[in-house]
Amino acid sequence: MVMFTLRRFLQLIPVFFGATLLVYFLVFATPGDPIAALSGGKPMAPAVEAALRAQYNLDQPFWIQYGLYLKNLVTMNLGQTFSGQEVAAVIARAYPVTARLAIMALVFEAFFGVLFGVIAGLRKGKLFDSTVLVASLLVIAVPTFVLGFVLQLVVGVQLGWAKPTVSGSAPWNELILPAVVLGLVSLAYVIRLTRASISENMNADYVRTATAKGLSRRRVVVVHILRNSLIPVVTFLGADLGSLMGGAIVTEGIFNVPGIGNLLYKAILKGESATVVAVVGILVIVFVVANLVVDLLYAVLDPRIRYV
Amino acid sequence: MSEKLTPENEPRIPVTPRLGKKSTRVIEHFVAPLEETPLAAVDSVSEGGAPLSLWAEAWRNLRKQPLFIISALLILLVIVVAIAPQWFSSVDPTSCPLADSAEGPRAGHPLGFNLQGCDVYARMIHGTRASLMVGIFTTIGVLIIGGTMGALAGYYGGWLDAILARLGDIFFALPLILGAIVMMQLPAFRDNRSIWTVVLVLVIFGWPQIARITRGAVIENRNADYVTASKALGLSRFSALVKHVIPNSLAPIIVVASISLGTFIVAEATLSFLGLGLPPSIMSWGNDISSAQPQVRNNPSVLLWPAVALSIAVLSFIMLGDALRDALDPKARKR
Repeated sequence: MVMFTLRRFLQLIPVFFGATLLVYFLVFATPGDPIAALSGGKPMAPAVEAALRAQYNLDQPFWIQYGLYLKNLVTMNLGQTFSGQEVAAVIARAYPVTARLAIMALVFEAFFGVLFGVIAGLRKGKLFDSTVLVASLLVIAVPTFVLGFVLQLVVGVQLGWAKPTVSGSAPWNELILPAVVLGLVSLAYVIRLTRASISENMNADYVRTATAKGLSRRRVVVVHILRNSLIPVVTFLGADLGSLMGGAIVTEGIFNVPGIGNLLYKAILKGESATVVAVVGILVIVFVVANLVVDLLYAVLDPRIRYV
Repeated sequence: MSEKLTPENEPRIPVTPRLGKKSTRVIEHFVAPLEETPLAAVDSVSEGGAPLSLWAEAWRNLRKQPLFIISALLILLVIVVAIAPQWFSSVDPTSCPLADSAEGPRAGHPLGFNLQGCDVYARMIHGTRASLMVGIFTTIGVLIIGGTMGALAGYYGGWLDAILARLGDIFFALPLILGAIVMMQLPAFRDNRSIWTVVLVLVIFGWPQIARITRGAVIENRNADYVTASKALGLSRFSALVKHVIPNSLAPIIVVASISLGTFIVAEATLSFLGLGLPPSIMSWGNDISSAQPQVRNNPSVLLWPAVALSIAVLSFIMLGDALRDALDPKARKR
């Protein structure tokens, strides 16, 4: 197990360097000058331009620029936004909101996903099963931003059950609606995954054995089927938490949630390349670490996986 | 203990034969229900003739599946609309008299007008082409790049596999939409926005998934007996990959490709919605949804109709993928 963890961890290193290099290269080394974009394409005083280039290390060769970027990323010395705020401080303010939203969405999709998935899987082909399947297909097919707008309009504006947009401090109760929108698509996947896994395991030999030795159906379902069926679901949820922590640009935009996705999107629109690169670098770290945790979780949960 | 418990030698429950009087006894099952093939089904299997190929058998299965028929018809409809939008709407989607701004439906204009006075139905019909083109060309690009990478990595293994797998991981570490947003805001892309730049960006961040699937499928097949046989007959290693391994690995790839086609259409709409996708001059569902967004509280139907069209197209590709998976997976087909 120690070797397995170590090996997975070592594999992360090239991924981390590769992904950050990719982002940095995309933003700072492709045709089209980010500094020229800062002034909206209008000519800039040479002294100002030189100062800006020095500020973003753009006067250095590319590999040194990248090295400085990595150093800044690791030491959380991420520079300033256009309005003079520390990027690290802005991220520190936005991240708890995103984390709160992600956890709420995860709880929502895990609870209802497993519940509906188990019922549907146990009653494959019945009315409830078909209804849930069709509904999950619909949720997958409708883009998140349409779901967001419709729910915002119906629940937030017409019914008035929730505030249509989130206020600055983003309290828990105002985040319920965005969390539901955020969790809906994954909910559909959790349902389908649970259902498929359950109905596959229903025919497994060990279930037949458990029934044959006279266990009640309830015990067979809860102890034998459910426990084995939830392994892929748990790992899916883990991976999903990783991507949820990366911020939901669309959902946070619609509900005006002051999280990391919103921060990134605004930085992109304003052309703040330095902020974009810093935030994306952090998100890559979060995503990669989350995937590592999921891999380890999988190995712990499923003893059939060999730790090689 | 050499005896295995198979359906043949498993103890059966003795059933009392009915003797004249109707038996009211309920037979209790103490074993899990066995899968039994009805005798009629066994008899109807003809043993003469060559067995059908995977594809022929899948096609025979598919023709009977309502899910497949519905999704295939819907996809056909979407394709026809994309090729010949003028058959479905005679109204010019680019003539937008402001006098009609946000007017409701009237004769000849069944869905009303948007804020600019453009006909919502005509724009919905004419927006099909761009959205579908992005979906189809992105899928083709992803299949070419991801398929090649995955097939080479899975077939040859070793250091090539290690390098390609890491490369895939690097692109996988950036989620599709996030990567696409970062790339689309680069000056080089922002200033040349078209269908092709969107396709390029989506291919760049979309290929690792197909590469992973292809790699897995190729690994499963590369040591199969027929591959060894073809090599023994003198086929080179690479020809064996192209002629035998890839055709036999296609099933899971096609399933995932069909589902991701839907995802790519959504991705284009999301990018356009964020103002980073197709330029406003190109009619697409994503652009229409995006431009309807500010008026969503006063005039929700303008946003609703392109969203419905988008969802139907995406839904039909996902359903097609589901139907194909059921038909192409012999394990799932058993029952």
